[in-house]
Amino acid sequence: MIPNVGYFASVFAFGVALYAAVAAWYGSRKGKLAWVESARRAMVLTWPLTSISVLALIILLVTGRYEIYYVASVTSNSMPTYLKITALWGGQSGSLLFWSWLMAAFASAAGLRKWDRDREFLPWVALVTMATLAFFLSLTVFFENPFARIWQTASGEQVYALFQPADALLFVPYDGLGLNPLLRHPGMIIHPPMLYLGFVSFVIPYAFAIAALQTGRSDDRWIRITRRWTLVAWIFLTLGLILGGRWAYDVLGWGGYWGWDPVEISALMPWLAGTAFLHSVVVQEKRGMLKHWNMVLVILTYALVILGTFFTRSGLLSSVHAFAESAIGPMFLAFISIMSAASLFLLIKRWDELKGDEQLRSVLSRESLFLINNLLFMGILVVCLWGVIFPLISELITGTKLTIGEPFYELAVGPLLAGLLLLMAIAPSSTYGRTSWRRLVFAIRIPFLLSLLAPSIFIIRGIFTWYALLGYWLATFAALTTLSEFCRGAWARRQRHGESLLSALGKLIVRNRRRYGGYLVHLGVVLLVVGIMGIEMFQTETQGTLALGEQITIGRYVLIYDDLQHYPQEDVRLNTRATLSVYRHGKLVDEVNPRVDYYYDARQSMTIPGLRSTLLNDLYVILWEWESNGLEAATFKVYHNPLVNFMWLGGVVFILGTVVAAWPSHASLGGRRSMLRKLERQP
Amino acid sequence: MILILLLVLPATAQEPTPSDDEVNAIAKQLYCPVCENTPLDVCPTKACAQWRETIRLKLADGWSAEEIKQYFVEQYGDRVLATPPARGLNWIVYIFPPLALALGVYLLARTMRSWSSEGEMQDVPSVDADDPYIARIEEELRKRT
Repeated sequence: MIPNVGYFASVFAFGVALYAAVAAWYGSRKGKLAWVESARRAMVLTWPLTSISVLALIILLVTGRYEIYYVASVTSNSMPTYLKITALWGGQSGSLLFWSWLMAAFASAAGLRKWDRDREFLPWVALVTMATLAFFLSLTVFFENPFARIWQTASGEQVYALFQPADALLFVPYDGLGLNPLLRHPGMIIHPPMLYLGFVSFVIPYAFAIAALQTGRSDDRWIRITRRWTLVAWIFLTLGLILGGRWAYDVLGWGGYWGWDPVEISALMPWLAGTAFLHSVVVQEKRGMLKHWNMVLVILTYALVILGTFFTRSGLLSSVHAFAESAIGPMFLAFISIMSAASLFLLIKRWDELKGDEQLRSVLSRESLFLINNLLFMGILVVCLWGVIFPLISELITGTKLTIGEPFYELAVGPLLAGLLLLMAIAPSSTYGRTSWRRLVFAIRIPFLLSLLAPSIFIIRGIFTWYALLGYWLATFAALTTLSEFCRGAWARRQRHGESLLSALGKLIVRNRRRYGGYLVHLGVVLLVVGIMGIEMFQTETQGTLALGEQITIGRYVLIYDDLQHYPQEDVRLNTRATLSVYRHGKLVDEVNPRVDYYYDARQSMTIPGLRSTLLNDLYVILWEWESNGLEAATFKVYHNPLVNFMWLGGVVFILGTVVAAWPSHASLGGRRSMLRKLERQP
Repeated sequence: MILILLLVLPATAQEPTPSDDEVNAIAKQLYCPVCENTPLDVCPTKACAQWRETIRLKLADGWSAEEIKQYFVEQYGDRVLATPPARGLNWIVYIFPPLALALGVYLLARTMRSWSSEGEMQDVPSVDADDPYIARIEEELRKRT
C-alpha cells in the first residue's frame, strides 16, 4: 500500500508539473490569465505531492520494508533510525526523488511569492521550473523507481518492479545491505542536501532570467528579484562544498580534503559560474552594463547544475560505456541540450534589446576589474570542465582511458587563483567610472607595505619557495585591503556620529550588508586560501610499521605506539582503535586514537584518523593496517598538515559573510527613506 | 634532560628496505589502475598493496622512479599516470586551457576597447552614486586626506 501511494504521488506530481508547464505556456500565449493562475496553483501543489512520495519512502526506510529494492540496498536492521532517514539520499533513485522534492519546494515557494508587480514573469517562471521538475520526476516515474519491489521468478531470477510480474513471488530479504559506511558520517549526512539545495535554488534565478528574456524586459528587475535566491543558492552550494571537504578529511583517510575528483569538480563548476554571476550582476545594477553576459552566466550556471547531476548520476564519469548502459544518461543529455539551445535561442532573439549602457571610461575602473574577475572565474571553469571531459573524449576517440589528476589542476588553477587574489586586493579600492592610478595607489599603499611583512617572515624562517612567498603575500595583501575597507568606513562613521569604533563598525555592516557581507566573504576566501596553501605546499607525511612501544617521527613530533584494542559495537561494527602518545620537543602533549570501523552488514571499513588539532597545525594519523597475531604490529600513516584549520575557519567566515549579504534588510523602502532623510539632515 | 629522554623513549621502528616513505613517494605519482581517481599511495585495496610491494621490489633491484613509472604504464596503460603523457591527441589537454584563456583575454580586450571608445562620448557618474551612504563616506574620506 505505502509503496503504491508513494509511487503514484510521484506520478501525480509529474502530471501536475507537466500540466503547470503547458497551462502556463498556453495561458501566456493566449492571454488567458485564468490558465496562468491555474499553472501557479499547480506549481504550488507539486510540493505537497512530492512530500507524500518522500514521506512514503521514509516510512518504508524506517520500518525496514526490505521487499522494496531501494530499502534493502541502503538500510539494514542495525542502522539507527536517523541514518535510515538519511538513507533517503544514500542511493541513486532515492536521491533523484529527494532532488525533485527540493526542487518542488523551491518552485512552490516561488509560486507563493507576491507576483503583483511582475505578473508577466509568472508564466515563464512556472514553465521553466515545472519543466525542470517534470524532467526529474520523469526519471523517478519511468527509470529509477525507489518504490520498486523485489520479485523472484520461477527461474530463480530477481526482478525489480512495482507490480507483480507473471509467475513471480515477492521476495523479502531478512536484512538489508545497509548504507555505505562512508555515508554514515555527519558530514556526508548534511553534505548532499546542501549541494542539492544549492543546485535547485539556482534554478529560480535562471527561470526569472528566461522570463525576462521571453517578456522582453531588458531592465534589471529579474536580477533584483532573484538577488536573494542567488545568494541563498550560493550559501548552500558553498556549504555543500565545504562540508564535502570536511567529510573527505575525516573519513576518506588520505590526509586531504579535495582530490580533484570529477565528482567534486561537478559540484564546483556551478559554484564557479554562480560566483562569476554574483560579481557581474553588481555591474548591471550599478552601471546598466553586461546584460548579455549576465544572461549567459545564469544560463551557464543552470546548465552546469544539470550537467553536474548528470555526471554524477549517469555513471559517465567512470566510463563512457557505463553511460551507454545507463537508462537516465541519454535523458539527461537530451534535457541539457534542449534547455541550453532554447535559452541561447531566446538570448540571441533578444540580443539587440538587451544592449545596455556599455561604456567604459577607463580600463582602471571597478567595472573593468569585475570583468577581469569574470575572465579568471571562467578560466578556472574551463580548466575544470576540460579536465573532466577530456578523459571521456580520449576514451571515445582512442579507446584509452586517462587520468587527469591533481598536478594538472594545480598548475592550471594556481595562476588564475593568484590573479583573483590580486583583484581582491585592489578592486575594493577602485571606483566605478574611472579610478586614477594615484588614487588607487594612495588607497592601497599602507596595506601593500604591511603585506610585504608576510613574505619577509617566510624568508626569515628559511622558506624561499617563490610560489609560497607570492601566494602568502597576495593573501595578506587582499586581507589587509579588505580590513582597511572596514576600518575606513568605521572611522568615517565614528568621526561623523561620535560612535565608538565597535558600534560604528557594527552599524556600517548592518547598513551596508551587501557590500560588507561581500568583504567578509573575501576575508573568508583569504583564510581558505591560507589553509589550502598551507596543506598543499607544506604538508609532510611518513609511514611506518611499529610494534607496541615503538616510535615514529614527523617534523617536531614523535609518536609512540601504546596500544591496539578491538571494540565490538552494538550496531554490528567493530572498532579497531590504536592509541599513540604524541611528544613534541620531548614533552608529552597529546594522545591520538586513529581507528578503523568495520561494518559487518556492508562488509566495508571506514577509516577515522586520530587528530591533534591546533590553529596552526594538524597532526593526522591513520591506522593503515595491523596484525592480529598477538604482536599487534601496526602500520600508521602520519601527516603533518600546517594551517589546514584556517580553511575550516575561512569556510565559517565565508558562510557568515554570505548570510550577512543575503539577510533581509530592515531598511525596506520606508526604512531606507527615513535613513536617507536622517543622512540629509546631518551637516 | 634531552639525553635522559632519549634513553627513556623507545626505539624507532625497524624500517624495511626500501622504506614505506620511499615506496609512497613513487606510489603517490601513480593512480590505482582499478579504483577511479585514487592515488596508489592511499588506495586501501589489496591489489594496490601488491602494487606497492612491486614498487618496493623494483626499488630494491635498483630501478629508478622513472623506470618504475614506465613499468606501470606498460602494464596498465597511461591511466596510471596523474597526467597524460604529452603525445598524440593528449597534446590538446595542455594546449586547450591556455588557448582558451588567451582567446578570453583577446575577446575581453576587444570588448573593453570598443566600450571605451563609446564611453568617451558620454560622461559616467563616478563612485557609487546610487548609494548615498557610501558616497558620503567616500566624500568624508576625501576631505580628510
